[in-house]
Amino acid sequence: MTGPSPPLRRGRTGPSVRQRVGKATPYLLLAPGILWLMVFFILPSVQMFLTSVSTGSLDNGFKLTWSGAAYVTSLTKFGPQFENSLIYGGTATLLTFVIGFPVAYTIAFRGGRWKNFLLFMVIAPFFTSFLIRTISWKVLLLDDGPVLSFLRALHVLPADASVIGTPIAVIAGITYNFLPFMILPLYVALEKIDPSLIEAANDLYASRWGAFRRVTIPLALPGIFAGTILTFIPALGDYVNAILLGSPQTQMIGNVIQSRFLLLGDYPVAAALSFILMAAILVAVSIYARALGTEQLTG
Amino acid sequence: MTALSQPVADVPVKAASRRPPRRIFHTIDHWALPGFTLLAIGYLLIPIVVMIIFSFNDYQGKFNFVWHGFTLQGWLHPFDWPGLPDAIKTSLLIAVLSTVGSTILGTFIGLALTRYNFRGRGAINGLIFLPMATPEIVMGSSLLTLFVNSGLQGGMLNGIVPKGVLFPLGFTTILIAHIMFNISYVVVTVKARIAGFDRRLEEAAMDLGADELTTFWKVTFPLIFPGVLAAGLLAFSLSIDDFIITSFVSGTTNTFPIWVYSVIKNALPVQINVVGSMVFLGAVLIVGLSNIRQARANR
Repeated sequence: MTGPSPPLRRGRTGPSVRQRVGKATPYLLLAPGILWLMVFFILPSVQMFLTSVSTGSLDNGFKLTWSGAAYVTSLTKFGPQFENSLIYGGTATLLTFVIGFPVAYTIAFRGGRWKNFLLFMVIAPFFTSFLIRTISWKVLLLDDGPVLSFLRALHVLPADASVIGTPIAVIAGITYNFLPFMILPLYVALEKIDPSLIEAANDLYASRWGAFRRVTIPLALPGIFAGTILTFIPALGDYVNAILLGSPQTQMIGNVIQSRFLLLGDYPVAAALSFILMAAILVAVSIYARALGTEQLTG
Repeated sequence: MTALSQPVADVPVKAASRRPPRRIFHTIDHWALPGFTLLAIGYLLIPIVVMIIFSFNDYQGKFNFVWHGFTLQGWLHPFDWPGLPDAIKTSLLIAVLSTVGSTILGTFIGLALTRYNFRGRGAINGLIFLPMATPEIVMGSSLLTLFVNSGLQGGMLNGIVPKGVLFPLGFTTILIAHIMFNISYVVVTVKARIAGFDRRLEEAAMDLGADELTTFWKVTFPLIFPGVLAAGLLAFSLSIDDFIITSFVSGTTNTFPIWVYSVIKNALPVQINVVGSMVFLGAVLIVGLSNIRQARANR
């Protein structure tokens, strides 16, 4: 637009920008990305649900029969794997919080000039492949690997102790892999807290513990919510740690879904399992969000 | 990791019984919290150190699990394993293309959500949040059902999408999936940047006669560029490291993580450690250099 532009409005110009912008602009901006998500996120979810109520095989094709057989199989045969997912994922989330909170707190409030360096160290694991890190844990936790040899030399563990293949190894792997996902949101929330609020609590005769419990923790809730969600959800669906560090006894629901889809070609049951997992997570997340009173965080 | 946390957790408890309260907090602040943070960061870095050390291992047999002595053989022949060069090329190409695609789509959505008022904002926010709250295994498996279905008679996309595009699985389906899961992360990152943006700068530009496009390229874009860049880097790193979703939609095409996973069943070549170390050191170098440059620019 190089021609003589219309005389510009003087004074408060707040709404004028928006007035000049065509009403269609936001929709044009949204359209390509939203379309992508509709076609490659929403539509597949619908397709997965339809697959879960179909019968048939990969070779002969699937026919929509609205059969609930896959759900019956999923809910009756795979209890132990669902249980493993819940226990391993839950324990790992709790551990990442117990380890992550003091770390995030220290970096946010005591980091000083080391703040950026410490944060960099926290995200450093992201610079290597998740698979390779998990393989490194296997090297570390092998029966004659460095960790067990060391603990045996200290007589903390008996000579025949073994970690690889046990739930402990799987939980350790999950905790390791998702720890930065807990630390970062906690740090962001804690970093935002104005220290003068805590000082004010102290001035008003709150004990240090009281100020921590009644000022710091409530203000950190958005971070706690984000951190636990970012850890728990991928942990529930993880199967790589269970394959690399576990044994057939430590299978999680992800292992079943993966093998049914990619090895056995049993799509209906695999789709039903995925769908149940997704539904359970959505229900759990909404209950959790309501319990913490942080619904606005999702926006 | 419980073993790691115990000695530190003991400190405040023991101190509590002997010292007056103020000293406890001093101990926690000055010794326990920093000490714990360093231990936790050590925990995060251990597998990376192992990866780098074992890239110099003169291992015997097929598996690079046990230390046998120092050699540079791995670093002299970093890509010397069947399938590895192709896998790296595919990974890089997918990462670049999906970063460009998702950054454009996601930035548009981020702009629309922060700059305009329109109906359905809540639904759009929800649609952006959902992929981040969905376990990768669910997204991967639902995409698989859609892609396979498009190849079957009577499938949902059968007839709409030309045959051979979505099924058999391969490069295109991996790219589609990576753009899909990256969009949400780009939107969130860009939104965070635009939120702290002084809109009066745009209004000033328009008041001075700039049209909308000029305002966007001369004022808006330079201001949000750091956010767009951060989003792009995040998308790149998510894409290049993705294993779970890719494993469902890759068919016979190998990305680096898929290649690693397929190889480690029968062997653990030192090249895995070498490439992993290269990526890690390269990323550290890039981040380090950009930090130094920024520090200089700020001076």
